[in-house]
Amino acid sequence: MSATTAHAPLDEPRLPPVTQIGMASLALIVAGGIYLSSHLPEHVPLAPAVILLVLSALLLGGNLTALSRVHGFAWGRFFQIARWAMLAYAITAGLIEFAFLEDHLSGGPLVVLTLSLVVYAVHVPMLIGFTVARYEVSGPAAP
Amino acid sequence: MSGVTLAPTQAPVNGDGTGPPPRAPLDFEIVPREGLIVVAVAFLALIVAIAANKLWPLMFLHVAGGAAWTILDLFLGFVLGPILGRLSIPARIELVTKLMPKMLIILPTVVTISLAAGWQLGNKLGFVMSQSPNHGWVVASFIVVGIMAVVALGLLEPANIAVLVELKKPQPRPEVIERLMKRFIYSAGITGVMQIATLVIMTRLASG
Repeated sequence: MSATTAHAPLDEPRLPPVTQIGMASLALIVAGGIYLSSHLPEHVPLAPAVILLVLSALLLGGNLTALSRVHGFAWGRFFQIARWAMLAYAITAGLIEFAFLEDHLSGGPLVVLTLSLVVYAVHVPMLIGFTVARYEVSGPAAP
Repeated sequence: MSGVTLAPTQAPVNGDGTGPPPRAPLDFEIVPREGLIVVAVAFLALIVAIAANKLWPLMFLHVAGGAAWTILDLFLGFVLGPILGRLSIPARIELVTKLMPKMLIILPTVVTISLAAGWQLGNKLGFVMSQSPNHGWVVASFIVVGIMAVVALGLLEPANIAVLVELKKPQPRPEVIERLMKRFIYSAGITGVMQIATLVIMTRLASG
């Protein structure tokens, strides 16, 4: 989101569109989750949800790869923030998984929803870490 | 280049890094640790309610969590957000450093409680089953919540944390804070609009 401010424009290095790709990835797993949950308790054809999940995971992998190639990115700050965020989002993902298990969800839908939660618990902390680290002026050198 | 006073007793800081020497970081916790105890208690209540699968605890957590979520989103998006944008920078920073750490733990907590209890409640009442007459409204609520989740997780929450981290630095950059605050306020506005749709759907569901 561009900002019109009274201050000097931000002098940022060129970065891949991590936030946009991350939001697209989240939208895909949300769509898959809605698709599955809107068909309960009937038999759900899993193919559409699996395709959405695979696309979402590919976007996650692409996002991580693109970010890893950024020279001089503040990885120290990124991991400092992302690891705590990952702990928090792993807890919320665990609670949602618990609700699925309590509802006796099983088989393919459970596998797809669990993997979707894994993507969620990795991608959201990554977005948080990226948003913080991108504004780090002189972070530690990239590994 | 306009200088920005971070607090009445602190020196101005320029956005180009040529300002005065670094000051002491602002004294606030990005994540209020005492609040985590309340979060743990709330999550424990949620686990017990889901495991017990009784109507009242699930209804209580879903309605209480959902009401808190809706009210906070509407208030932030339509009341506090526009006010925040018009405050002087020192006032804005003071409000942000007191408000946003609390929002950082309150919003994810009420969202998780509302959604998890709501899912269990929908199962118990049969609303999530495709043969339910209310199923269309339930799917509509999934879509609205999904849009809000993507905006909140992808834009709002990262901006919230990034603003607080920036403010903790010895020389926070005003242009970074301004950009992130705009992102936060616009995102809160979008989720506020979606919350109106949630209110319509939920009152429709409750009316049978």
